[in-house]
Amino acid sequence: MGLPLMMERSSNNNNVELSRVAVSDTHGEDSPYFAGWKAYDENPYDESHNPSGVIQMGLAENQVSFDLLETYLEKKNPEGSMWGSKGAPGFRENALFQDYHGLKTFRQAMASFMEQIRGGKARFDPDRIVLTAGATAANELLTFILADPNDALLVPTPYYPGFDRDLRWRTGVKIVPIHCDSSNHFQITPEALESAYQTARDANIRVRGVLITNPSNPLGATVQKKVLEDLLDFCVRKNIHLVSDEIYSGSVFHASEFTSVAEIVENIDDVSVKERVHIVYSLSKDLGLPGFRVGTIYSYNDNVVRTARRMSSFTLVSSQTQHMLASMLSDEEFTEKYIRINRERLRRRYDTIVEGLKKAGIECLKGNAGLFCWMNLGFLLEKKTKDGELQLWDVILKELKLNISPGSSCHCSEVGWFRVCFANMSENTLEIALKRIHEFMDRRRRF
Amino acid sequence: MRLIVPLRGVIQGRGGLFVGSLIPCCLFYFLQLYLKRRRPPPSDPTELPRTFSRTNLFSRGNSIGRVRVSSRAVPVAKPSDSPYYIGLERVKTDPYDRMTNTDGIIQLGLAESTLCFDLLQRWMSENLMESMMQSDDGEFDISSIAMYKPFEGLLELRVAFADFMSRIMGGNVSFDPSNMVITAGGTPAIEVLAFCLADHGNAFLIPTPYYPGFDRDIKFRTGVELIPVHCRSSDNFTVTVSALEQALNQARKRGSKVSGILFSNPSNPVGNILSRETLCDILRFAQEKNIHVISDEIFAGSVYGDKEFVSMAEIAGSGEFDKTRVHIIYGLSKDLSIPGFRAGVIYSFHEDVVNAAKKLMRFSSVPVLVQRILISLLSDVRFIEGYMAAHRQRIRDKHIRFVEGLKQLGIPCAESGGGLYCWVDMSSLLTSYSEKGELELFEKLLTVAKINATPGTACYCIEPGWFRCCFTALADEDIPVIMERIRQLAESFRS
Repeated sequence: MGLPLMMERSSNNNNVELSRVAVSDTHGEDSPYFAGWKAYDENPYDESHNPSGVIQMGLAENQVSFDLLETYLEKKNPEGSMWGSKGAPGFRENALFQDYHGLKTFRQAMASFMEQIRGGKARFDPDRIVLTAGATAANELLTFILADPNDALLVPTPYYPGFDRDLRWRTGVKIVPIHCDSSNHFQITPEALESAYQTARDANIRVRGVLITNPSNPLGATVQKKVLEDLLDFCVRKNIHLVSDEIYSGSVFHASEFTSVAEIVENIDDVSVKERVHIVYSLSKDLGLPGFRVGTIYSYNDNVVRTARRMSSFTLVSSQTQHMLASMLSDEEFTEKYIRINRERLRRRYDTIVEGLKKAGIECLKGNAGLFCWMNLGFLLEKKTKDGELQLWDVILKELKLNISPGSSCHCSEVGWFRVCFANMSENTLEIALKRIHEFMDRRRRF
Repeated sequence: MRLIVPLRGVIQGRGGLFVGSLIPCCLFYFLQLYLKRRRPPPSDPTELPRTFSRTNLFSRGNSIGRVRVSSRAVPVAKPSDSPYYIGLERVKTDPYDRMTNTDGIIQLGLAESTLCFDLLQRWMSENLMESMMQSDDGEFDISSIAMYKPFEGLLELRVAFADFMSRIMGGNVSFDPSNMVITAGGTPAIEVLAFCLADHGNAFLIPTPYYPGFDRDIKFRTGVELIPVHCRSSDNFTVTVSALEQALNQARKRGSKVSGILFSNPSNPVGNILSRETLCDILRFAQEKNIHVISDEIFAGSVYGDKEFVSMAEIAGSGEFDKTRVHIIYGLSKDLSIPGFRAGVIYSFHEDVVNAAKKLMRFSSVPVLVQRILISLLSDVRFIEGYMAAHRQRIRDKHIRFVEGLKQLGIPCAESGGGLYCWVDMSSLLTSYSEKGELELFEKLLTVAKINATPGTACYCIEPGWFRCCFTALADEDIPVIMERIRQLAESFRS
């Protein structure tokens, strides 16, 4: 290693060297996706104290159903549920418990909750559930296990900007995009899959798997059953893995419209097919509890389960959290009600925002899930380029004081699309945001 | 390509026989070469033709390749061959219970303390609810614990930790909350530091004997190597600069790049408190060689001897050395007996390390509700002072009993002043003074005496016969039971 490289890696006039991971910018926090957040932090909207501040529409957080959780937790005596039903001895177990298997009762509760979300169309074995501190950790962990440095995962675009960091930073694994476009509502086609695979092969990169998000972030739409079957077919033929991040599965507006990869695998006996399938889930979106740091890897591969469990030592879920949530998640009466009402409220929000945008002359992709809509502002771009898109994004941030996410940060191959989150604010705030957009569009029409 | 010898029989005569076989062979050879060059490149041998229908693929009997995991994943799932893990697993199959399973295996292999649970429990029952659901109007407001918060930990928690650490480390050192990152336990803390300070293939020097868990924490995913620096009983297993120098030179000769030194203080498994002088020597050495120093101080509050504990942070802050190469690990699993809560600390004097670690915390952060409990707990100064005093006293008492019991059996221990264990010299019980003899003794202790103690081999100790025995989860009445079992085992050797 030559001197210039060393100087690059030791800064601040001291001369001890740091690692490549430490100095890399793969964390991506310099991109517009995160720059908008900074603008929000500096001037956050508040109904009473700062009505002209920046409205955060770039954070996919679900706050629409907090009241349901609060009522449940208050009623069921949080203290009792904290320690489990055993009271004082419960504390001892809690304090000492750091087994990477995770609490059996909690895993059973997660399995049951995941089954409910899928309307019982798939069964989940609690012993295949590996707990991690959030889905972010789950995705990274799976990547460590399925791919070596310089290998690649194929990921359909547009995709969640965080994947660039979560799948690549410490793992050294690459992402090769599977290009999707609006001609077929951004669904993955066999041609696009083949093309991505070939691109990797041409660059001498070994493909280890396909990673999809279903329902999709940022599209806010479920993946069709046929597409899932084609995907599994493709993965079998290429002998690679299939990871399905189903973190928004409980946020599909109409349960019947969601097909989990678990349903497809349910009817397959052949282990050599099943064992390439892995599902990621978390309570951060459906339950609105990102602060709890609860994620899971569900794998049909025994080896992956064993390996993930051991590696989860780096990202264990606090025993406190497991105890507290175990009883809540296994209360089927509560979870059935929660899932149903949450879906309904998200659907109403979605309808509100899409209608509101339509009145302003803005179309969105037809979505049916998630905490955001995928809005098409291509017609407003002066230059139909990534720069043009970022210029528009900047105008929206500075003039309308709305932080939304530009499609380019999601690696979308078509310019002009933006992701707009709607579930992390009150209905009033959403109305205000829509009003700002209306006014903006009115002003533009006058010119 | 097979060499065929066709047409031999066709050609008659002596020379003709030779020529008759050689020429056709050559022709055939060249024909095959020509055909091979014309053949299209072989496709991926694991790829099946696209004409297979879905039902074909998914039905039994088709030879679909078994999908593979990464090569770095392969060693992770293998059953461990370390006695450290073997012992822990064995206890689970038949754990001792003084009421219900008096013949079970007594666990001396896990460094955890239950000595002050009564105090913690009382605090929790009185304060838990309030601390968790803090909100302005006293009403339960789930959004305060449900929403995303900065992954590096709430400022109030870092402030509380800074104060707590300063208190338990003698009050001579202060910690700046902005140099601190909160992690989900000591395990991710050490891994994150390894990721930040060393590249794949680089190495840390580590004095032996060392905590067996470091092998996993450091090697599983970072690809960083651990190079042992052997310490001896003659120095009470304290690391010397000459040993560090030697290890570093040997590493360089092998082409290994050393990025830093990792050590624990109080040391694990010996229980040494490193002197101010030793700490200065280590830092001076690191400065000379331009490498990092990682001081794992997770047992800092579990000091029961007469020796004063000095944190590397104090040495770093003295002004004599370049402090940006100093990084400290801490956590609540040992001193506060709450490993289940998952709360650890990376403390670094290097701004870029702190910044990188903050961003990496998204993979290992502490849930907000746990942070709120900890803020309350750590800021309750009256409780903490009382707790730490009781914790130290009770470890001291237990240590005295345990060591005395062993002394009665003629078994000495290394001098120690901290930690939840003692380093026991069982060499007198070895059939042969070797690693093999030690592992045989480990097996006998486990299966005959039914005691799980961690053999020095698992800790890379260069002298055979040493065992780590953790005593802080034992009741007083368990100690004579243990001593009796050891006595009986020793008797059986003599006969």
